[in-house]
Amino acid sequence: MAFEEWNGELARELRAGLPGTELEFAEYLGQHRVAAQADNVPALIAYLKNACGFDFLVDLTAVDYPQRAARFELVYTLYSFARNERVRVSTQVAAHAASLTTIFAGADWLEREVFDMFGVVFTGHPDLKRILLPEDWEGHPLRKEYPIAQPDEAWIAANLEML
Amino acid sequence: MTGTESPLDSSELILNMGPQHPSTHGVLRIILKLDGERVKSAECVIGYLHRGVEKIGENRTYGQFAPYVDRMDYVAAVSNGLGYCLAVEKLIGVEAPPRAQVVRVILVELNRIASHLLWLGTHALDLGAQTALFYTFREREELLKIFENYCGARLTTHAFRIGGLYYELYEGFEEQVSAFCESFLPHLDEYDDLLTGNPIWRGRLRDVGILTAADCKELGVTGPLLRASGVEWDLRKAQPYSGYEQYEFKVPTGARGDSWDRYQVRIAELRESVAIIRQAVRAIPLGPGMAKVPKVLKPAVGEVYVSTEAPKGELGYFIVSDGTVQPYRVRVRPPSFLNLQALPRMVKGASVADVIAVIGTLDIVLGEVDR
Repeated sequence: MAFEEWNGELARELRAGLPGTELEFAEYLGQHRVAAQADNVPALIAYLKNACGFDFLVDLTAVDYPQRAARFELVYTLYSFARNERVRVSTQVAAHAASLTTIFAGADWLEREVFDMFGVVFTGHPDLKRILLPEDWEGHPLRKEYPIAQPDEAWIAANLEML
Repeated sequence: MTGTESPLDSSELILNMGPQHPSTHGVLRIILKLDGERVKSAECVIGYLHRGVEKIGENRTYGQFAPYVDRMDYVAAVSNGLGYCLAVEKLIGVEAPPRAQVVRVILVELNRIASHLLWLGTHALDLGAQTALFYTFREREELLKIFENYCGARLTTHAFRIGGLYYELYEGFEEQVSAFCESFLPHLDEYDDLLTGNPIWRGRLRDVGILTAADCKELGVTGPLLRASGVEWDLRKAQPYSGYEQYEFKVPTGARGDSWDRYQVRIAELRESVAIIRQAVRAIPLGPGMAKVPKVLKPAVGEVYVSTEAPKGELGYFIVSDGTVQPYRVRVRPPSFLNLQALPRMVKGASVADVIAVIGTLDIVLGEVDR
């Protein structure tokens, strides 16, 4: 089973409401995804929120595909209380993305986590800094090239020199 | 100090609460900016318990990762496990057999009670009502014994497997669960006597840490917090899973969204959980506990997001498969993380003592916040 073309009610609404925007609609296991160009994501999500009733940002995360030119796929999961429906918005970015904190205040920590773990910089974020790792941490652990276990040579040299 | 300055200069005070503070429920650090007793702003510093759970997930097989999820919200390990199993089951197109679904509901609801009891006891303790803790832990002990009898572990249970149940029910399971339900409702009335009618308890919670429904939706807040703000929304009703549509239960809500409402909502949820368990324990179907699941799980290329109503709120798993035995990406949508984000908004203008009350009614587990 693979991703299929999705032409549900919401897909038709978005096509009609955002005529100039290039959108790709996919369905997999009954779940829906809209793929968009990174530049169009804030407008798409604002439209989903204001015109389609998707007033809840459930989650924001990223997936790393190092072989792609725009290696990070950002995945926004939205929910509508009125329609009891979920939709995912996905986009590909190289290193920068627009912050959605003005649309959903809850995007604040979620964007900080993606920045911390993947190194994606969200322009327009009010206070973009690491959230789970210490401020002086180097690297972004959820990037694929980051090994799962590696000794911290610098820390060992600084603290355990006698060994 | 020079002569021109007032000897009673009232500058802003920065107070560091935590990370080693018993009332922060783990290793939460809050930087409070204070004007006297009043909180001008608050900033949460988290991550002290970060173990890279999502990175571990990418380096284990689907089955190997299952025990790790128990270590996030470790007081509700059964709920974590159910969410993960449901997500992988959806990805591989397997449904747990009816017997497994009912047993899962019983154990998850027992775990919800255990989680809420731990919340109630520690929350009351934070606010100076020490007695409640001894009562709630007495009842929680009975629940942990049931888990121990079922799977050998009390806390990080790994109770379920992808495809159903690994363990058959032990002799006397139904009786033990029914006996717990029987004894628990009178105990709930005892808590009412201890706390609900207590004017100090009421005074500490009423109108403290108000969170409106609009705030909740904007900040991604779910679970009892959202319901206390008046939104009748529970994933068990909105998008039922594991057969929740078969059970009759109410979704308790509050009106003001203050700490008192959150307290009342959770207490009411305890009663509803008992109602669900009583219905389920009478109707455990016979049959296999496990569906047919291949020994080596290799889901087709694709992605799913599956979420369940954990005791703290919407717990979601977003799994991307690249067709190999290991997930390409496992994302956990932790309810505690997003609920905690609302703290600065809830404590603005409150007193320092109220911050403790608000942390208590948030019901966060730092293991889940930091993962």
